[in-house]
Amino acid sequence: MTVSVLFDAPGPRTRARHRIYTVLSLLLLAALVAAVIWRFNDRGQLAYRLWEPFLTPEYVEALVRGLLKTLQMAALSILFAVVFGVAFGIGKLSDHAWLRWPCWLVVEFFRAVPVLLMMYFVYYSYGVGEGGIGSYWSVVIALTVYNGAVLAEIVRAGINAVPRGQAEAAYAIGMRKSQVMNIVLLPQAVKIMLPSLISQCVVALKDTSLGFAIGAPGLTYVGKQIYTEFQDQVQAAIVVTAMYVVVNLILTAIATWLQKKYVSEKNPLELTRVGNLDGGRNV
Amino acid sequence: MDDLFSNFDLYLKAFGVTLGLFVVSGVISLLLGALLASLRVGPVKVLARAAATYVTIVRNTPLLMIFIFMAIAGPRLGFTFKSIEDLSVGDWSVSAFFFRSCVALSLYTSAFVCEAFRSGINAVPLGQAEAARAIGLTFSGSMRQVILPQALRAAVPPLTSVQIALLKNTSVAAAFGMAEATFRMKFFTNRNADDRVLIFVAFAVGYVLLVEIVSFAGNRLERRWVVAR
Repeated sequence: MTVSVLFDAPGPRTRARHRIYTVLSLLLLAALVAAVIWRFNDRGQLAYRLWEPFLTPEYVEALVRGLLKTLQMAALSILFAVVFGVAFGIGKLSDHAWLRWPCWLVVEFFRAVPVLLMMYFVYYSYGVGEGGIGSYWSVVIALTVYNGAVLAEIVRAGINAVPRGQAEAAYAIGMRKSQVMNIVLLPQAVKIMLPSLISQCVVALKDTSLGFAIGAPGLTYVGKQIYTEFQDQVQAAIVVTAMYVVVNLILTAIATWLQKKYVSEKNPLELTRVGNLDGGRNV
Repeated sequence: MDDLFSNFDLYLKAFGVTLGLFVVSGVISLLLGALLASLRVGPVKVLARAAATYVTIVRNTPLLMIFIFMAIAGPRLGFTFKSIEDLSVGDWSVSAFFFRSCVALSLYTSAFVCEAFRSGINAVPLGQAEAARAIGLTFSGSMRQVILPQALRAAVPPLTSVQIALLKNTSVAAAFGMAEATFRMKFFTNRNADDRVLIFVAFAVGYVLLVEIVSFAGNRLERRWVVAR
């Protein structure tokens, strides 16, 4: 019996009552599922014709290719974002005010601006038409600056989370500032930051779907092509969502495993606020 | 830039819509999230499992997909939300666009709100509950006077983060025909290609201001309510 802060261990009468609640809620959930299925059936959405594309190798392959494209965009933007994040995160910790303040300003600005606004700006200003960078790179750039700003905050918090004695000891043996950062602080901070970094990958992956709004390639784009052709909007939405959820769950599992392996029971990083798409998850 | 200034009412109206989306879905998501959290920590295992499943699925789904469910897949199942436009209170009525945007944002955000409340409850040490029972408080007494006050206060910082995220997420509604701030920026950018940077900055600053206001309010609340441990 797990101990809960909210409830005492139930006695026999409470247990009997809980059994009644369980049966009632099971009935309620069953009714809910039945209502959904009935609705689907009522509107003819269970027809095999509408599900068929997702069992046809040709379209499954297209979906997988879309997923790979999405993963590629997410990976690229995380890669660039790490560079951006390390540069600005260390910049925010600089001893020089002339470096610290601009870095702070850039990070705060890009964290507070919605990704879609950024994406529209990049795409309609520099992406469209001849010589434009195209929708693919518009998505990557928008995601890079946003995730880079969030990662800068993670880097800053990670470096601050390294015990102070480490830097003091490094200075004491005569290291220079850059040496302390590169040899002592950063390597240890990386270990602390890893789970947050992976969680941020989930955020980036979810945000690539916004490319839908500017017609960028990827999973949602393939989904759109399929539902435009077969008029199976509901089924396409379900399949695409399921694919996103599965990939994200895998990433989350990796983050949890890394947390256990490298960071053990320590709390996740405490970041200053200015939300991200993933609000509650403490990035 | 002249175009933006001479049509400044459009700018203000757009941010008005953004604020409207934010406030309505913020309130609904808080209520729905509180309900989910109470199911999730409640003693009925089936409901706890169901709520946990909902939270896991929604948290890992892109918001855009939820909008697609509401705006594109919904009508195929007969959910057009058109009937909401017939409802009117005085001169006020709600457009189907606004309604379904709020539904999508609330469904998405409530999963994060649930997690914020749960982290608040987890922050209350077990000893508090034990001490409350030891001095003879009843279940409802210990809940009302000891546990929930602490849990709610501990939930304020993550809740603020969630609400800020929601504020920025309202921009996704622009991709589905809602004339809010992000939509207007696209509109002005397409009309005045030469001033695109300034137009972007003008709208971005609007968002930054709103985010800072919410963040400031959250900080004030947090400081006033902080629990000394």
